[in-house]
Amino acid sequence: MSGPNKTKPGVDKALLIKDAAKLLPEPSRRFFMRGAASLGALAMLSGCEIIDGDASENVLRVISEFNDGAQALLFNPNTLAPEYPESMITRPFPFNAYYSEDDAPDVDGDKWQLEIGGRVDNKKPWTLAELNKLPQVSQITRHVCVEGWSAIGSWQGVRLSDFLKLIGADTRSKYVWFQCAEGYSNTIDMPTALHPQTQLTLQFDHKTLPRAYGFPVKIRIPTKLGFKNPKYVTAMWVQNNDAGGYWENQGYNWFSGL
Amino acid sequence: MSVQAAEHPALAVHAAPGPGVIHPAWVRVTHWINALAMLMMIGSGWQIYDASPLFGFTFPHQIALGNWLAGALLWHFAAMWLLVINGIVYVTLGIVSGRFRRKLFPVYPREVLHDLFAALRGHLSHDDLSMYNAVQKLLYLGILAIGVVIVLSGLSIWKPVQFHLLTSFFGGYNTARYVHFAAMTAIVAFLVVHVLLAVLVPKTLRAMILGR
Repeated sequence: MSGPNKTKPGVDKALLIKDAAKLLPEPSRRFFMRGAASLGALAMLSGCEIIDGDASENVLRVISEFNDGAQALLFNPNTLAPEYPESMITRPFPFNAYYSEDDAPDVDGDKWQLEIGGRVDNKKPWTLAELNKLPQVSQITRHVCVEGWSAIGSWQGVRLSDFLKLIGADTRSKYVWFQCAEGYSNTIDMPTALHPQTQLTLQFDHKTLPRAYGFPVKIRIPTKLGFKNPKYVTAMWVQNNDAGGYWENQGYNWFSGL
Repeated sequence: MSVQAAEHPALAVHAAPGPGVIHPAWVRVTHWINALAMLMMIGSGWQIYDASPLFGFTFPHQIALGNWLAGALLWHFAAMWLLVINGIVYVTLGIVSGRFRRKLFPVYPREVLHDLFAALRGHLSHDDLSMYNAVQKLLYLGILAIGVVIVLSGLSIWKPVQFHLLTSFFGGYNTARYVHFAAMTAIVAFLVVHVLLAVLVPKTLRAMILGR
């Protein structure tokens, strides 16, 4: 509906419509011409922009915000994402980003630190070795992409709710915000951050998280669409303001719960 | 509801509509809201499909709605409210008013075959639009069932964690996508036949707009 207007050189559209209308019986012709005139006026205003343009998207985004609330109500903190046997793991598990795999961040694990900020008692940054020493959990769950495809993966790491308690985060805060090495970012709601399957992921399939899947740290959230599972995480802030996210700011639904 | 209906004759849900009225106002209003919602759902659904096609084809961008994936998703999850709320109103009134029972039942296989052959030979009568022939009954019952399937399969794709029992009822997340697509295909096929027949018998279109 948004393709460029295709016009043939030497063809007057107005005359063409008049000629076509002559083939219609009188009452229909009047109706047709009036309809065509109104449609023409609409098209002159902004063509298919009325349906596909920013104006309609802005209205639709208000409904999308309403849908955030509806999804927060539907979210049951005790409902677990289905888990699968190892035989069902998708191999190879797909790499997916808005850049190619060669352009993925290449983080130096020895120098990397997880920066902690916001409404947290202990803001000491964490090294990879320190995170690896914490109690680990494991899950085999389905990653669902907003595009529609899905893949089953195996993730191991620290339960995020445990980690939030450990650092003395104020879990009455509304949001947790993640910053990533390539500039990607994500904000999630606190109930999702506290969900038992939300994981500060350090491994894929019991091996150090490969660069393709977000080395050194990914946040695995099986109750959210894939783009709400940030990779190459460098900082985590607990806060009361919604800092948005890379795709959310462009029009994708903020809550994006599964 | 019955008290309100008595106070507002225009919205009344009588057991039998007034003389000459083929489609009461609530049928016409919900019909056209549904038509709009369906077009929005199908158009945006095609654009969403194109982001990760299930088969070896995509829908042309020009006939899809939403311009890009995020836009199409915004349309789809806005129009879903219109579709579902309007659908609930329609089905509730259809049951409460007795219209479904009167118009759609009973439907006998023998009558369906008889009317189907009569229709194909152009011998089917359209004198009384208030009476559905057996093929119509079957098609309208069928499309109501498909409507339930497309909403439930859609819910199981949208919320495969919260509604995981529903999702597994449809054979899991991936299979539910195919079910959702198949239901869309059935609705589009119905739409083609439905619109074609309305054009061939224009007084049916008049009845759905003016009521008689």
